[in-house]
Order: sequence, then structure tokens, then C-alpha cells
Amino acid sequence: MDPFKGDVWKFGDNVDTDVIVPGQYLDAPITEIFPHVFESINPAFAKEVKKGDIIVAGKNFGCGSSRENAPSALKEMGIGCIVAESFARIFFRNAVAIGLPVISCGDVSSRFQDHDHASVNLSKALIENTTRKTVTAANPLSEEMLRIIEKGGILNLLKEAKE
Amino acid sequence: MTLAERILARASGRKKVSPGEYVTAEIDKVMAHEAFAAVYMNLAAAGIRKIWDPDRVFVILDHYIPASTPRAASIHQLVRAGAKQYGIMNIYRENEGIAHQVMMEKGNVLPGELVLGTDSHTCTYGALAAASCGIGISEMTYVFATGRLWFQVPETIRFILTGELAFPLTSKDVILKLAGEYSAEVAQYKSIEFSGPAAEKMDMSSRMTMTNMSVELGAKFSFFSVDEKTVDYLKGRTDSRISLLESDDKGSACQTYEVCLDDLEPQVAKPHSVDNVVPVSELKGTVIHQALLGSCTNGRLDDLHLAAELIKGKTVHPDVRLLVIPASKEVYRSALEDGTLAVLLDAGGLILNPGCGPCFGAHMGLLAPGEKCISSTNRNFKGRMGSDQAEVFLASPATVIASAIQGCIADPRDM
Repeated sequence: MDPFKGDVWKFGDNVDTDVIVPGQYLDAPITEIFPHVFESINPAFAKEVKKGDIIVAGKNFGCGSSRENAPSALKEMGIGCIVAESFARIFFRNAVAIGLPVISCGDVSSRFQDHDHASVNLSKALIENTTRKTVTAANPLSEEMLRIIEKGGILNLLKEAKE
Repeated sequence: MTLAERILARASGRKKVSPGEYVTAEIDKVMAHEAFAAVYMNLAAAGIRKIWDPDRVFVILDHYIPASTPRAASIHQLVRAGAKQYGIMNIYRENEGIAHQVMMEKGNVLPGELVLGTDSHTCTYGALAAASCGIGISEMTYVFATGRLWFQVPETIRFILTGELAFPLTSKDVILKLAGEYSAEVAQYKSIEFSGPAAEKMDMSSRMTMTNMSVELGAKFSFFSVDEKTVDYLKGRTDSRISLLESDDKGSACQTYEVCLDDLEPQVAKPHSVDNVVPVSELKGTVIHQALLGSCTNGRLDDLHLAAELIKGKTVHPDVRLLVIPASKEVYRSALEDGTLAVLLDAGGLILNPGCGPCFGAHMGLLAPGEKCISSTNRNFKGRMGSDQAEVFLASPATVIASAIQGCIADPRDM
């Protein structure tokens, strides 16, 4: 897999699924959810996010609900990859399952500022800050997770198995 | 082996598994709520004509009951159509209650089973010693089609509970205390086993509150051992043989915490995270506008009984709305028949139909900007229950009721 390269949006600890996709929009089509993503903690995000941008976050990113709209909305809005100090496990699994690259890296928060440029090599588990010229080792994903992400999600595996 | 290891080893056809190892496991049961509409669409898009085993699938409507918007009504239509198309006979419609409560009440979950649900609080079934957790709709689609899913065998942490809870504290105070003391990440990717004399003493509904909120500590699975109380609970609910799974010291735990419940004060989680916990004394006098008693965390008969006991002869403060949401039809009917609902109604409570209610912010009691709600539910995230300028405080049923009477956050021991 080629490295994912993009501009960084920084978030803190315990970013929950309700601030990513508030409950009152859960039954809406995904494009109608976009304006409300991170609305209560970073209103600029929905207006300014662009294809390939990378989220760098603190601990327990995506805690809370099993709503898959949370990683789906981020993916559909253009987020190319999420690096967090740690992820809540259901969010992490959901991201892998829809083919949104995610990887954890213990001290990633301290190594990035908003708008820095990042390059994330998933297969080698390396996170590079190309603005500040630093490289950090991340926690490697299992082969199964890499395979699902590379295929673009677990549903593509299902379709392949059927064919 | 730990309970998580024993169940994952059995489900993946191995003699032994160890933490960190990846396995592909055969799933025993799955639960899908309104998210089944999306699973159905995915199955159809993938050209799947038959699902793996309709008898192991349970579909339960609980999040938008009754339908809160035309869109929610359409979701319900899709759920019914999908269940019909895929021959799913185990469908519980709008009148049954919250999925987790219904799954356990109907005897659909047994000790030792591996159960997945489209809801993060699926881990509640660990009160019956099932390995259960929430997944999203893509993985659920995969499970509907194949009956299998990959897992990483989790490490296990043990909470050994000792001492006695003073009246009217409940297990909700305990799980909030654990969140506050050890953080919302203490069990990230891990399995929890509760044991010790105070855990043994907890009744089934108290155990369900503990396993329910284990996901707020990050847990993948959460377990109580099978004992007489488990067997009693399942009596009349299932004809299946019950495996007597017990947590033991033979399985290695990566961490063990001994927690004594003597002298515990009622606990409250302040906005906007579940581990932002303080003793109730620090918040006494905080004016509230809504008090909510209900949810898969604390909407069971024991919770309603305690509430009625505390509020009998008193009334809800005129500036507070007390919403009461029985967790299921079974709970509702029992509380109706034994007079509990009449007590809550006469005291000024508003009794809503079983379901998720406003807990996750869709409908039925949402908050205005600036409002504060004390709630027996499980999450107090920003915007969780309406406006993102509102605040939710999580507490036990007793603290919710004491506060509803006082009009501000109050210590139930003072009543």
C-alpha cells in the first residue's frame, strides 16, 4: 500500500461518536450528516476538510456508540487516514471494516500541529511529519486488517467470495 | 484460561488461545436493531440470497419507538421487509422494549455463548456470562452472510469487589466509581471479569448495569460468573442446558483491581465524559431541568421499585420533568401490576413507552440549550441528548429521583 499523504486536523482525547455524528442525524442519508460532523467541537472541519486530509488525535478516539456512520462520514468527506494515540475498539473495527485506514501511535499528538503535512505508511507502521521532518513508529496492524483495508472494506471480501 | 479465552477457543475450534492471538470464530447469536435496515441493504447489494442461519438471528426495534420521523418509519418498514425476505422469525416489534433487555428476558442469550449486536451496549449479556460485544453494520452484514468473524483474543482485567453498598446506593454508583477512578480507557480492547463477595451479592439487574457500562471503560467483553442467581434468572426463560461458567484464578489477568464498596458515596459523572466522576456532595444544589429514569443501563424493575420507594408520598419539583422509561414490556407490565407506575405517576412522573427514548438524542425528551438533565443512562457526551449546549449528568436511579424531588442534584441518602 502506498503511504497516505495529507494535511493534518488535530483532535484531543476521548473524541466520541456523538460529536462525530450526533444522534439526531443518525437516520439521515450520509451527505446530510456532513455539515454536522464535529459541529460542536470544530465547526470549521465540515467546511474546510478536503480529500486526503489526515486526522491526528489523542487517546480513545471514537469512544461510544457502534454507529458506523461515524467512520463512514469521515471517509466519505475525504479523510484519508486517522492516526490516534489509541482508538475505542468498536470505532477501530468499523473503520477497518469500511476500509478507512486507522493506526495507533502512542505519542503522535505531541508530534503534530494543525495543518502540518503527514505521510502515513500503513504496511510499515511509520508516521512521518513531512513539515517537521520527524518519523515515528506506530503499532503495526495485523495482516488481516491490512488485507481488509486494502480491499476497501469487508463487504468487498464478501462480494469477492461470492464471485 | 479466562472466560474470554475459553469462549473464543471453543468458538474457533481450538484447545487453547492466548491474548493477542487472532482467531476466526463461529458466532452463536446475533442481535440487530434498526441498523438491520442497513444490513439488509448491504446483503441485497452483495447479492446474498440466504443468510447463514435465520434461527440465530434476532431483530428488535427499539431506537425510534414509536417512529419519531417519517424517515424512522421507513427504516422500520425496511426492517420488517428484510426480516420477511430472509426468513427471520425472531423479530420483536415496536411493543417489546430495549433490545438488550429483550434478548436476556426472552432467554435468547445463554452463558458461554459468543453474541454480537449492532449496538455498543451488547456487552450487557456478560451478566449472563456470554461473550458479547457491539459491531457495526458492515461487519454485521459479513456475519449474517457467513456466521463468522475475526477476533483478537483480549487480555483480561479483574475487578474484585468487596465490602457492602449502603442504601440506597446501587451498582450504578460502583461502575461510575470505576470509570472515575480508573478512566474510560482502563479496559480498552480488554475483557473484564467481576468477582468477589460484593459481585456475588449483586442481583441480576445490578450485574446488567455493570456489564452494560463496561463499554464506557473501553471493554470488549465483560463477565460475571454463572451462579444460582444466573440459573434462577434463566429459569422459565430457556429450556437449554446452562453451562456453569465461573471466573477463576487459573486464567491470567493482566491487571487486578480490588475495590472496597464500604463508605462509597453516590457517584455522578459530570458533562461531557463518562469518567468525569465526582461524589454527589460536590454537585449538591446544581439546578436541573430534567430527570431521566430508564435505558438499558437502569430501566429495570428493581430500578423502578427503588424509585417508587424513594418518591412515595413526595412529588417531583415543579421545575423538573421526570421521565420514566421501563426497559421492556415485561418490566412495564410488572411495574403496572404491582402499583409501581401509579406511585411514579402520582408523584408527577411522565411514563413513556419502553425503548431507548431520548438516551441517544433522537426523540422523546430532548434538551434545550442551557438545560441540565440528571440521567440513569450511560453516556453524557456533548450533544448526546439534544442541544450540544445542554448538559447530562449520569447517576444512579436513587440520585436521579432525589434530584427530581429537590429540583437540583441531591444526595439520596438525605431523603
